[in-house]
Amino acid sequence: MKDTRTVGEILSSQGISRRGFLKFCAATASMMAMPPSMVPAVAQALSNARRPSVIWLSFQECTGCTESLTRSHSPTLEGLLFDSISLDYHHTLQVAAGSAAEEAREHAMQENDGSYLVVVDGSIPLGNPGYSTIAGISNVDMLKETAAGAAAIVAVGTCAAFGGIPHANPNPTGAVAVSDIIKDKPIINVSGCPPIPIVITGVLAHYLTFGKVPELDDLGRPTAFFGQTIHDRCYRRPFYDKGLFAETFDDEGAQQGWCLYKLGCKGPVTYNACAVSKWNSGTSFPIQSGHGCFGCSEPDFWDSGGFYRPLSATTADVGTLAGVAALAGAAAGAAIGRMNRSHRARAQARHEKLTIDDIEES
Amino acid sequence: MTETEFLNWVRGPGMQIALAVFIVGMVYRVLENYLIGRKQSLAEPRGSEWTHGVGTMWRRSFTRAKLTTRGYVTLVAGYIFHIAFLVTLFFLAQHVEMFRSLLGFGWPALPPLLITITAVLGIAALLALLAHRLTDPVKRMLSDYQDYLTWFLTFFPLITGFLLINRVGIPYKTLLATHILSFELLLIAIPFTKLSHIITTFISRWYNGAIAGVKGVQS
Amino acid sequence: MSTSLERGIRTWVAQIDAPIASFFTSCVHCGICADACLFFTETGDPKYTPIHKLEPMRRVWQQEYTFWGRLAKRLGFSKPVTEDELKEWEPLVYDSCTLCGRCSMVCPVGNDITYMIRKMREGMVAAGYAPEGLKAATSRSIRIGSPMGVRLPALQAQIKAAEAETGLTVPLDQEGADYLMLLSSAEIMQFSEIISAVTRIFDEAKVSWTLASKAFEATNSGMQIGSSDLAAQLVQRIVDAAEALKVKYVISPECGHAYTALRWEGPNLVGRAYPFKVIHILELLDELRAEGRLKTDGFEDQRVTFHDPCQIVRRGGIVEPPRNLLNMVAKDFVEMEEHGIMNWCCGGGGGVSANERADPIRRKAFDRKKHQLEGMGVAKLVTACSNCRNMLEEGLEDNHLDEDIEVVGLAEMLAEHLAVSNRADTGESTSTAKE
Ligand code: HEM
Ligand code: HEM
Ligand code: SF4
Ligand code: SF4
Ligand code: SF4
Ligand code: SF4
Repeated sequence: MKDTRTVGEILSSQGISRRGFLKFCAATASMMAMPPSMVPAVAQALSNARRPSVIWLSFQECTGCTESLTRSHSPTLEGLLFDSISLDYHHTLQVAAGSAAEEAREHAMQENDGSYLVVVDGSIPLGNPGYSTIAGISNVDMLKETAAGAAAIVAVGTCAAFGGIPHANPNPTGAVAVSDIIKDKPIINVSGCPPIPIVITGVLAHYLTFGKVPELDDLGRPTAFFGQTIHDRCYRRPFYDKGLFAETFDDEGAQQGWCLYKLGCKGPVTYNACAVSKWNSGTSFPIQSGHGCFGCSEPDFWDSGGFYRPLSATTADVGTLAGVAALAGAAAGAAIGRMNRSHRARAQARHEKLTIDDIEES
Repeated sequence: MTETEFLNWVRGPGMQIALAVFIVGMVYRVLENYLIGRKQSLAEPRGSEWTHGVGTMWRRSFTRAKLTTRGYVTLVAGYIFHIAFLVTLFFLAQHVEMFRSLLGFGWPALPPLLITITAVLGIAALLALLAHRLTDPVKRMLSDYQDYLTWFLTFFPLITGFLLINRVGIPYKTLLATHILSFELLLIAIPFTKLSHIITTFISRWYNGAIAGVKGVQS
Repeated sequence: MSTSLERGIRTWVAQIDAPIASFFTSCVHCGICADACLFFTETGDPKYTPIHKLEPMRRVWQQEYTFWGRLAKRLGFSKPVTEDELKEWEPLVYDSCTLCGRCSMVCPVGNDITYMIRKMREGMVAAGYAPEGLKAATSRSIRIGSPMGVRLPALQAQIKAAEAETGLTVPLDQEGADYLMLLSSAEIMQFSEIISAVTRIFDEAKVSWTLASKAFEATNSGMQIGSSDLAAQLVQRIVDAAEALKVKYVISPECGHAYTALRWEGPNLVGRAYPFKVIHILELLDELRAEGRLKTDGFEDQRVTFHDPCQIVRRGGIVEPPRNLLNMVAKDFVEMEEHGIMNWCCGGGGGVSANERADPIRRKAFDRKKHQLEGMGVAKLVTACSNCRNMLEEGLEDNHLDEDIEVVGLAEMLAEHLAVSNRADTGESTSTAKE
């Protein structure tokens, strides 16, 4: 099954024009914030890249990430890329099932040992391995086994990258991220719930082009896509800066397109490309359709104090705390205050009248 | 600890700890002082303790001080700092949302441009106060490490807040978390330092007014 | 039992109360109080900053009344107050503070620093750190009855002189009189004109009054040195005499600290409310004016101003009466720029004038008053405290201003302008008229 053709060869064999290919390269390059002068080099590199083998593992996930990737229109740039990789295992997309499917995975691993890519979506339950198995193999075992011979791992979606929704409080399955298990392989986190399709393809394209992992931020995300916050690039930002906030989803401010901060927008602390690349082939993105950002590409976004509470709102309950604190302070203060009072009374009781003789002697 | 964990910590448990220390500490301090007690004067009063006490709580906000050799830095920068600080704290929209989450109610905010001005004024005034503290012989003599510590703890939220709104290179999330942390450190420091004056000032003023008020003097 | 450091500290522990704890807690080290204190403004030396004068007592508060201070003390981390410190602080507390109360008016957080210094002195004297001059004055007060050693015969001589001058009787020990008039030693020895003045005024206003041979001295060195025990002894003499003579009122004379001692501290010192009222001579005169019983003739033709005695005005609450009275007799009465409750001290109150060691700094501090008077063009500086009067005269002399400005007592000035009614018309003689 090993396909040794280059990406260029495959694409042309599928009737994709040189012009279409260059357009893809240009789009990818611009997403990655490369200067246009780099496009020919990207094209050159991509054309000559060997078609890599990709093993896609889906663990505790909702298939949203895969949907995100495949529900794009045709002909899509993403589609182009799919055609250029050898997706040797993807249990949602592949035709094979059962042991045949597992054989395909094992086969690809042997054939491409040390050079294949592993893409993971979904988190891995550590609480009880039985929570999620594939062909009788627990997620964690499969991940370890598959990762052993991989060149790199791409954790697609917030679940794979940071644990995501399964990891949310109280995390019943003991869900963890790929990076919590695999420590000895390069991991690229493409977070988002779901991630933006072009970000997934862009990362793959980058890997194909340069043969190495792109520059990552401290959460393992490619800085090319996750270098700025939603807020940094949000078109509602001028309203934020002027202090014009929508108070409800249908008030005057909301209709005027004012900033959604007070409605809970987490854009200021969310690193993602939504405001730039948008969704649905560049149609729009959540803030544009009137809803604040959830912060879905950030760790623990589900547990960061409520989607509709402003970012500056304190997340913890403080009402009872304040009451208890006041009582505790009062109790302690009353205790020491009484000590103070009797300390003073004792000193007064021990006071001996100062006489003129005392003074004259001194 | 990741950025996110840091931010979530300061927005949740950190804030709880800070508020708890602040409330326990201040209630404690006020009682610790109050319960020492004082003698009620047996002299026939010429005026009322209460009206004068309450009057001085308010009146003392407007200085009678005519400064002589030491110049006006303390007064001018002192007023600017306090007003700017309080306006910034209570009238930035994001802050109002914080107070709404703490208190259950909010109030209208002021435009960010104005807050930027008060923030700059507050920062400048606080710097002037520090410079004065370092150079003025009277303040130098009165100051110990606490005076510089409280200066820093007051300055910290102002400067991080200012950076927050004027987005500099520092990652926003870390900066925001640091900003909130700076506020929490300030809260925690209040009961342990001269910053207690934010509350005890009014108690002291009441006593001052009451002591003078018994004699019929508006102090 | 003799004085000792330990006794001093125990005294502070007994004296510190809720207000003091609150004041120390609130201080923000802004130094604004320094600008209110004439000992700082005229010397520029930071050690005269009012709140700094309390440092030993502040430490006692911290070590005895705060959680951390107690903990540190228990663990042996705190710095105990030492004899050396008390020695160093003695001049700060006694020589360079007149208890004028000005600092207490400006402290932005509301600290009544003067209230604290008064209590600070309690511990200082109990520890044996008080100036010799003040100790001697206190000694004379207790043993002789007057800080200047004035005895009854001296008063009797002045009474005789006054009677000769006015042709009226000066009542002494007259039981059942309404008012018991007190005097200060300085009035008896230096400003005895006051005796004739009040005699004439009271005669005109038909006030029933008396002096007491057992209690003519109003001053209270015990309070100045900071000993409530001794101050109480001195107040007790007055209370006893007033009770024996069954008067309704005791008149506090033109002496600042005497008023504070008698009116505000007195009942607390003797431990009970008085069966009589204490009224200041200025209050009484103002009442008589309001009732039309005090009438004056003519006006001062020169410009006059008023020096507010701290203990009567700022710390005593008698702000308007002197002004009402002055306006009766002066057309060109001008206020100093800072006047009333914000006037500056003469520099000699609070026992400073009795303390020779403090002479140099007191004279230096007088520069403040000199600056205040500069350019005012006043010919008369009126005041209502014989100690202020002494200090002002001396200060003006030091500055060679005594030629230009005369210092006058307010009651005396009023007496000079007293409108004398035609007694034959009324045909009735008052209790004070000579038969
Ligand atoms: C006066 C001293 C200040 C204090 C005590 C203070 C305190 C706080 C606190 C506690 C929060 C966050 C509340 C939370 O999430 O729990 C906050 C948020 C914020 N502060 Fe301040 N602040 C101060 C000054 C400033 C200044 C001078 C500025 C800018 C001019 C500023 C700008 C902000 C902004 C923009 C936020 C919201 C950030 C966000 O949610 O994206 N602050 N401040
Ligand atoms: C409304 C109540 C307050 C009053 C009446 C008050 C009063 C004062 C005064 C008079 C000063 C001396 C100024 C100086 O040192 O030059 C001062 C200093 C200070 N206050 Fe306040 N304050 C109040 C509230 C606050 C608050 C809410 C804060 C901050 C949390 C604060 C922080 C400070 C600081 C840090 C200083 C020292 C400034 C320096 O280094 O000189 N104050 N306060
Ligand atoms: S809507 Fe959200 S991301 Fe946009 S400016 Fe407002 S806070 Fe920032
Ligand atoms: S706007 Fe925010 S919540 Fe929505 S998809 Fe983008 S990163 Fe996720
Ligand atoms: S009471 Fe008067 S003299 Fe004493 S410290 Fe205060 S201002 Fe100075
Ligand atoms: S004016 Fe008040 S707060 Fe300022 S240093 Fe003096 S006592 Fe302290």
